[in-house]
Amino acid sequence: MSLYIYDEIDQRVVDQRVAQYRDQTQRFLAGKLSEEEFRPLRLRNGLYVQRYAPMLRVAIPYGILSSQQLRMLAHIARKYDRDYGHFSTRQNIQYNWPKLEEVPDILAELATVQMHAIQTSGNCIRNITADHFGGVARDEIVDSFVWCEIIRQWSTFHPEFNWLPRKFKIAVNGASVDRAATHVHDIGLHAVRDDKGEIGFRVVIGGGLGRTPIVGPVVREFLPWQHLLTYLEAALRVYNRYGRRDNMYKARIKILVKETGLEKFRAEVEAEWALLKDGPNTLIAEEVRRVEARFTKPAYATLPENDTALAEKLAVDTAFRNWHQRNVFPHKVPGYAAVTLSLKKSGIPPGDATSAQMDAVADLADRYSFGELRVSHEQNLVLADVRQSDLAAVWEEAKKLGFATPNIGLLTNIICCPGGDFCSLANAKSIPVALAIQERFDNLDYLHDIGELDLNISGCINACGHHHVGHIGILGVDKNSEEWYQIQVGGNQGETKQGEIRPGVAFPGASLGKVIGPSFARAEVPDVIEDLITCYLERRDSEAERFIDVVHRIGVEPFKKAVYGKPDSKSPRRSRQLATA
Amino acid sequence: MANLIRNRRVEADSWLRLELGAGPNETAGALPPVPADGDVIVPLALWQARRDALAARSGKTGVWLDSKDGPESIAGDLARLPLIAINFPSIADGRGLSTARLLRERHGYTGEIRAIGTVIKDLLLGMHRCGFDAFLLRDDQDPADALLAFDELADAYQASAVETQPLFRRRLAGAR
Repeated sequence: MSLYIYDEIDQRVVDQRVAQYRDQTQRFLAGKLSEEEFRPLRLRNGLYVQRYAPMLRVAIPYGILSSQQLRMLAHIARKYDRDYGHFSTRQNIQYNWPKLEEVPDILAELATVQMHAIQTSGNCIRNITADHFGGVARDEIVDSFVWCEIIRQWSTFHPEFNWLPRKFKIAVNGASVDRAATHVHDIGLHAVRDDKGEIGFRVVIGGGLGRTPIVGPVVREFLPWQHLLTYLEAALRVYNRYGRRDNMYKARIKILVKETGLEKFRAEVEAEWALLKDGPNTLIAEEVRRVEARFTKPAYATLPENDTALAEKLAVDTAFRNWHQRNVFPHKVPGYAAVTLSLKKSGIPPGDATSAQMDAVADLADRYSFGELRVSHEQNLVLADVRQSDLAAVWEEAKKLGFATPNIGLLTNIICCPGGDFCSLANAKSIPVALAIQERFDNLDYLHDIGELDLNISGCINACGHHHVGHIGILGVDKNSEEWYQIQVGGNQGETKQGEIRPGVAFPGASLGKVIGPSFARAEVPDVIEDLITCYLERRDSEAERFIDVVHRIGVEPFKKAVYGKPDSKSPRRSRQLATA
Repeated sequence: MANLIRNRRVEADSWLRLELGAGPNETAGALPPVPADGDVIVPLALWQARRDALAARSGKTGVWLDSKDGPESIAGDLARLPLIAINFPSIADGRGLSTARLLRERHGYTGEIRAIGTVIKDLLLGMHRCGFDAFLLRDDQDPADALLAFDELADAYQASAVETQPLFRRRLAGAR
């Protein structure tokens, strides 16, 4: 189950929104709507005015796309932009060069394939994000997409919650491993089952990154599914009424939870919920079935659990084996696998894809994965339903496209925001740092030897690149108008350890990184990363002990020493001779 | 200029809105004098200080709440109030939307709920769904154009002050 197909009402909502936004744009261009008041209105439709041009963020609800939709995204890149798009950490796509006056036309084209830019920015409920392996992962407890869609509909143009103190992000995860970073969202929902097999949600409220990173606390251990919307409505109402509006840096719900205190906040939400519970917004089984029935369902063939030709190729082809090890994910249906197409090739800004690449991936999806694909919050594309017997062919095709870099989970699978090259908020550039690190660690054998490592880069404290939860996090800072980079280690987005998730059992949660010391100039960053890696390699027990495990075992001090404690730290760092290795 | 929309029609406005400390010789926050006749909308502080005297006037008396004032501040007086106005200090402050819904849905208020302050075309539909039935448009707004806002989005997924059932229940009822 994966792609939700609109009914006529869903379609009318999107079509009428295009007309409404066109009217707003025309009034702005005619001088009837001030710049100041047009701003929050255009933001509610994903249009920022960036450093050099507007930026349009198009919603990809919970990261699912059809090949037809991806071709439309390619078409928009070609027709209205500079022939490429940027897949973001919120499973959306961003165009960096559209013309403000053409945005209504772009939206009209998107509406023809059931897409939109509704609430992709602004202080409202944003796109719902989810596990990019939803519906196919073997550790899945509950298919999260049905619930994502129910929340999407409830949150679309919610009249009461369209002018919140600050933006509001909801993530849903339905597996025993958290692949949706639910603990760093305003609300994180873990779909679980109770002892009787009934579906419900563990509700985490008040996590977040940005300048006050917080791992969100569990506010409710088990919320039966019928009460999902009334509980969300209660939480949002408490936030809308009492969230701070005097200081935008203290306006997220995490600050309300922190300043109110968890127990009191929980009591306030529960008190409001008590008055909404069992009211009209209480979900009913018919509605869940109706939404379920509107999702596409891949027509899986009956296949053997393991493909023998695949096993033979894996035995003899090292390059293929490397790719399979890193970029292929086990599937719950026998004979199938999920393939991650890496958008993290050395020399390309992380998450970027050209229109030609998008068209080619759409073709791959048609030929090998039931015409559907997904965007991961790690800014890659996923073909979720590939036959094992097709993996070798998909690998060959992905190589031609430059999407077969076998680096998923490895150091060069960098999460990176657009940074100072595009974003007007950024203190520093982030893409050149990512490119320099990818170049330094270009040797695949070395990369695989280092093993699993999340490296995340943000160009400013707003943390769009999720630097707090990278095993290594890099933050661009501004000192006297110069770009500097602060390094932290020990963060974890909470997905990498297998754990059991059910009511009353602690979740293997996210952790936040610690800053190792003073900042560095951009040119020094690859050397610093190399020092950290060397320190890790010298101290790990075995290959099974990952970078993050070593940091958690021995602490940050040895890493600090490795970076700052050299006898002559002012001299240029000795670079490891990777190229000749 | 007529800039009041009430029940989706442009109407003349009979109400005079009073503000704290608005007189020429008054200090900030001082309670304003109240005219003997005519319909007035008084600030919450004035209502709280002199509610019995105000209720005894020959003209009608309504109260306006600022965005920070929740429905609790007025809940005990609803039966005496034909009108409650809620101020929107800026486009971004959505607290008044919760206040209106709570007045309608929790406290059962059936009098007029009027939006005042930053009341522009782009906010009307959402305000309407939260229970506002009167809108004092900001001076720069074109009332005829603003009226179009109510029909911009025909469907709403949610239950609200004007639609007691969410779409999923209405769909089901229609299918039966």
